[in-house]
Amino acid sequence: MSMIEVKGLKKSFGDLEVLKGIDQDVEKGEVLCIIGPSGSGKSTMIRCINHLEKPTAGEIYLDGELITEENIDKIRTKMGMVFQSFNLFPHKSVLENLTIGPMNVKGVKQEEAEKKAHKLLKRVGLSDKANEFPRNLSGGQQQRVAIARALAMDPEVILFDEPTSALDPEMVGEVLDVMKALANEGMTMIVVTHEMGFAKEVADKVIFMDGGYIVEEGAPKDVIGNPQQPRTQDFLSKVLV
Amino acid sequence: MAVYLKGFLIACQGIPTTIWVSLVAIVIGAGFGLVVALCNQSANKPLHYIAKVYVDVVRGTPMLVQALVMAYGVPQLLQSMGSGFKWPDLVIPAIIVCGCNSAAYMSEVIRSGIQAVDKGQMEAARSLGMSKGMAMKLIIIPQAIRIILPAFCNEFVTLIKETSVLGYVGVVEILRHGQLWNSSSFETFPAYIGVAIAYMILTIPLSKIINGYERKMSKKEAAR
Repeated sequence: MSMIEVKGLKKSFGDLEVLKGIDQDVEKGEVLCIIGPSGSGKSTMIRCINHLEKPTAGEIYLDGELITEENIDKIRTKMGMVFQSFNLFPHKSVLENLTIGPMNVKGVKQEEAEKKAHKLLKRVGLSDKANEFPRNLSGGQQQRVAIARALAMDPEVILFDEPTSALDPEMVGEVLDVMKALANEGMTMIVVTHEMGFAKEVADKVIFMDGGYIVEEGAPKDVIGNPQQPRTQDFLSKVLV
Repeated sequence: MAVYLKGFLIACQGIPTTIWVSLVAIVIGAGFGLVVALCNQSANKPLHYIAKVYVDVVRGTPMLVQALVMAYGVPQLLQSMGSGFKWPDLVIPAIIVCGCNSAAYMSEVIRSGIQAVDKGQMEAARSLGMSKGMAMKLIIIPQAIRIILPAFCNEFVTLIKETSVLGYVGVVEILRHGQLWNSSSFETFPAYIGVAIAYMILTIPLSKIINGYERKMSKKEAAR
């Protein structure tokens, strides 16, 4: 049994069908990178997996359990999410951003939650920022805090929705380094990204999406290194300079 | 000059009543206003429409009319139906009216504050496994409060001034004190100037505090 199973996923916004039938499995410890042009449905797909967008049709399973409106809050505690625009809580300190979830959702004691938060901040290289507020951090630092916030819930899988797209170029590396370290530690990750270098180096599997379908999938050396489909070739010829 | 001082001091006798009526009313207004705002945004259609109608009715009628209906109209209606209902103290309907009136305006302020919080905040909170209610309480409302604090204080200033209509339903607040003295002394100009100054020493410092807060906030925003 795969950790995540996506079966026949479709999503429409009004008359616009963004996802036209997606089937995909993700194994435990696997890093899946989703690439493709804007409007191809990558972000919609990842947002459907944790029901931030409600699928129009199809089923998604985590550890064999069907995700529904009823169990979604419980499922999301096992499924972290990192957003393009960070979405840190601006009225909370960095430390509180990391403890608010565990304390309120999982009932972890404050002392324990803070101890863990400090450990996680150390892991993302921000030990000295615990008492800062998000607005005082650079974009790269904010995104590393956001990753630590997701980790604080002890998720089984983390969804990354274009985590470096809103960053200044010189800050992309520090965020990708944290993600690489996570991948090496065996975290299951689904990453929507435009960073082909990252996908090539870290992904176990890459899928190329276009027009609401998965056009091509496989190992990164095949999909990125030696694409078979004309649309994949066309896209990669534009992004790989 | 002495007569002006007298007029001012007499008006000042109404300050405690004006302040506590306004304070109780703004607390009711904030609490009830939050409920109305949440109903207004609710996916539940009947709740949504009840909230909308409530806001329209209150905002579409003068507070004096609402006060007259509550203080005199309601007891008359109940009495005509055979009950012996009478307000034990006319300050009670006065506070109810001010609170409910303010709730309608506050609900609009609160609604705009909630909508001004970035949509990603709700998504981030939900993605940590928070229910919608918990996300509202811990993430959205605390941020909305910061956004609406100036508007909230402005509503309080407005409310202080609006309570001047309560003299017509038997509450002896600032204006009523002035009126009573005027009718016994015929010092009309000093009486009403005294009333005006009494209101100003309540409202102007409050407005200054709000302006200061807004300046501080916009500087903070600019520093981002």
